Amino acid sequence: MAAEYILEMKNITKRYGENTVLSNVSLKIRPGEIHALLGENGAGKSTLMNVLFGMPVIHATGGFDGEVLIDGQPTTIASPHDAMLKGIGMVHQEFMLLPGFTITENIKLNREISHPSLLSRVFGKNLETLDMASMSEDARKALDSVGMSIDEYTKVAGLPVGYMQFVEIAREIDKTGVKLLVFDEPTAVLTESEAAQLLSVMKSIAAKGIAIIFITHRLDEVIEAADGVTILRDGKFVCDTRTAETNVTKLAELMIGRKGESAFVTADPREFAADSPLALKIRHLMVDMPGEQVKDVSLDIHEGEIFGIGGLAGQGKVGIPNGIMGVYDAEGEVELFGQKVKLNDAHSALKSGMAMVSEDRRGVGLLLDESIEDNIVFNAMQVNGEFTKNLLGAKLKDVKGIREHAKNMIKELDIRCFGPMQHTGTLSGGNQQKVCIARALTMDPKLIFVSEPTRGIDIGAKKLVLETLVKLNREKGMTVVMVSSELMELRSICDRIAIVAEGEVVDVLPVNSSDADFGLAMSGIKPGTQS
Amino acid sequence: MAKKNWREFVRNNVVTIMFIVVCAVCMAFSGYKPNYVMYELFGRLSRNAFIVLALIIPIVAGMGINFAITIGAMAAQIACILVLEWGIPGFAGFLTAAALTVPMASVFGFLIGKILNKMKGQEMIGGMILGYFANGLYQLLCLFIFDNIIPINNPDLTIKGSKGIANTMDLSKAGGMGGTLEKLWRLPMHQAILVFGVVIAAILLIAHVRSHRRNNKKLGIQLGALAGACVLMQLPVMKDLFSMVQVPMATFGIVALLCLFNVMLMRTRLGQQFRAVGQNRTVANAAGINVDKVRIIAITISTVLAGWGQLIFVQNLGAFQTYGAADQVGLYAGAAILVGGASVVRATNTQALLGTVLFHLMFILAPAAGKNLFGDAAIGEYFRVFMCYGVIALALVMHAWSSVASKKKKA
Repeated sequence: MAAEYILEMKNITKRYGENTVLSNVSLKIRPGEIHALLGENGAGKSTLMNVLFGMPVIHATGGFDGEVLIDGQPTTIASPHDAMLKGIGMVHQEFMLLPGFTITENIKLNREISHPSLLSRVFGKNLETLDMASMSEDARKALDSVGMSIDEYTKVAGLPVGYMQFVEIAREIDKTGVKLLVFDEPTAVLTESEAAQLLSVMKSIAAKGIAIIFITHRLDEVIEAADGVTILRDGKFVCDTRTAETNVTKLAELMIGRKGESAFVTADPREFAADSPLALKIRHLMVDMPGEQVKDVSLDIHEGEIFGIGGLAGQGKVGIPNGIMGVYDAEGEVELFGQKVKLNDAHSALKSGMAMVSEDRRGVGLLLDESIEDNIVFNAMQVNGEFTKNLLGAKLKDVKGIREHAKNMIKELDIRCFGPMQHTGTLSGGNQQKVCIARALTMDPKLIFVSEPTRGIDIGAKKLVLETLVKLNREKGMTVVMVSSELMELRSICDRIAIVAEGEVVDVLPVNSSDADFGLAMSGIKPGTQS
Repeated sequence: MAKKNWREFVRNNVVTIMFIVVCAVCMAFSGYKPNYVMYELFGRLSRNAFIVLALIIPIVAGMGINFAITIGAMAAQIACILVLEWGIPGFAGFLTAAALTVPMASVFGFLIGKILNKMKGQEMIGGMILGYFANGLYQLLCLFIFDNIIPINNPDLTIKGSKGIANTMDLSKAGGMGGTLEKLWRLPMHQAILVFGVVIAAILLIAHVRSHRRNNKKLGIQLGALAGACVLMQLPVMKDLFSMVQVPMATFGIVALLCLFNVMLMRTRLGQQFRAVGQNRTVANAAGINVDKVRIIAITISTVLAGWGQLIFVQNLGAFQTYGAADQVGLYAGAAILVGGASVVRATNTQALLGTVLFHLMFILAPAAGKNLFGDAAIGEYFRVFMCYGVIALALVMHAWSSVASKKKKA
């Protein structure tokens, strides 16, 4: 008796403390089906997969509500290892391969075939000699089934990235009794032809009766390869549909959607003439920031503009400000008000009149064990030599001046604290963010980058941060470049928004473009080019 | 292209090449006769090779150089003291000490592994500091616990007129274990190489027959080289060079066995786990390997082997300094394996043996060369200590540098 669905996840609800990250989400997969799972960052895809694999993070935080059925039987999945035993496999986004091992050794890692030896008779099974011949035989079979003709004795180190992906898949297929494979963004690192080959391999795996959950942000691939689609948004189930009944534009619309909350800060977008002076001219920027690679970005940002940079996490939008400010290695050309900016040199970037509010405020942004006032003036003091006084040739801290300035900033930005001497480590996230902004402002920059300014802070603080940015822009004429994963936020205060996908700018859109246009751009398709 | 490969080769082996040059220069200035150098070298090889080989497994398992082998050496010394106290004579005493070393070193190794698991990424400095800490406990044991709490009845072992274990342990008195391993079977070099040649050829043949990918060409070259070496050693020139050497067959046999063990172990499930954990703990963990357990096993094996290594060392010398013999063991063995071209992430038997040869060659030659060049043996002495630390520092810098370079290459 075969159940209709190989996997059913019914009404899954998961809370982290007060925070509900999944509410009443359901997922149904038929045997031999390729089922796409779509959603923006934070939509709950990874949490749902963590539930499916019984990851320790789920159990450690109080488990979840709802039911998981495999082959129609209610099941509890205790651990990733348990998931493996129940026939669920994962093809990881970042490769779980050992470069110094051959393909065979990787495929058979910890599932080696061995035969007894002299040592094992004394010390037990762990010392049995490996049977390389039968291991490579199995590896050969698995490689053939993913259409790879490469020698199974080749070392993984030095293989093209696409090949590694196929080795990963071969490893999952080699596991006996695998019923369901999860592919997490498998095509993200592949070239176009490799991606096409991967999709055909997925189809042939599915044809053998193994179901596939396909997590991706490339909507055209979903339409091409998947049979069914489940869309999540903000931890809620949006819909479950057949791909035959939908198209790329519809999917993009469903994925982005209008969120319930209305914008709490609004600034009317303004038009800038194409020939109005440029604040920042970026040409072919490449940034080597782990997890946020920028491959080739060219942008023109006008003087006095609030420019938004959006896109999904890991696509490279955060790398742009970090590269220009010299935090990570960068290549390319950047001009600030017509002046060339020296890359890979944070000091000269700051000196040239740019400032940045980092997305990593606890790591890069703040000295957590120092006081608010020292944090605020730190860059200005180190880079511009402000807030210092001379005493017999030695430069000393101008304690009075610093105190006064800090007090002004605390008042102006409404930093909630006991006083300028409080350590920043003890402040709330929102107030830490304000200290970061205060520090950037102390540099008196002509252009300010703000990266994920509202991540992890409460609504009140969010409002104030956004208002401050608008005020700086409108009153002081400061050019603002805001990088954010929250499209809503970008749309509320920006003049134009660039969407970045896979390290490149897909398009620069006016803020009143449709949801579908933004959704398409985020999945790497330039709106208007889709028939 | 060829030039580039050549440069790469030099860069990867800069420590070894540097050492060969230094040894050649020292040889030229030392004024020693080659046959005397060979005699000294073989003596030192038989003493030290084993303990250097004990370092390989932790390196493969990604834990760097196990400087905590000093603790294994302490276990061996405690075993020696007990054997002396019980008065077990000769070779039986040696075997008893070896057997006693196993449980002690295993427990110590397990504890070291536990602690090193809590400081992943800092194993080397951790192991070194653990060695210093253990030295304190060892002194407490020898100065206070033995003879005060545990009675010691052999008067030769205790400090005259006071309590505690004496500073020097003499193993070579009548009936002692000193030199017993060497005395079992000695052969001159031209005969010894024949014995070893036959054994190695047999092992190569067996491995070849059982291998899944028979490489006839490789086997041919190996056997050819072996036969060549055997013939070469029969030449009068060579006989002259090795005229003072009496090869202690049992000692070198044990070293060979350990090499074989290292190779065989790497072909087992456990060996595969060592290698997997050494390359990437995250990946190994994702494959269901118990990373912490594997690391503990690696350190435990290494500690036990180091204990045996120290035992071979002290019985060869026939005496040891109770409170100082173990101190430098980790440092010298670590330097030796690095000199052979190993890095903190990669090591083989060949590198360990080559490193031991070069390192001790310098130990023999440097004082004499220093005396002839600067009129002062102390300068040579200073030079060899300086080189020892320098080699370790250089190897660490090279490792950091090459990992940055390979990361750049990737990007």
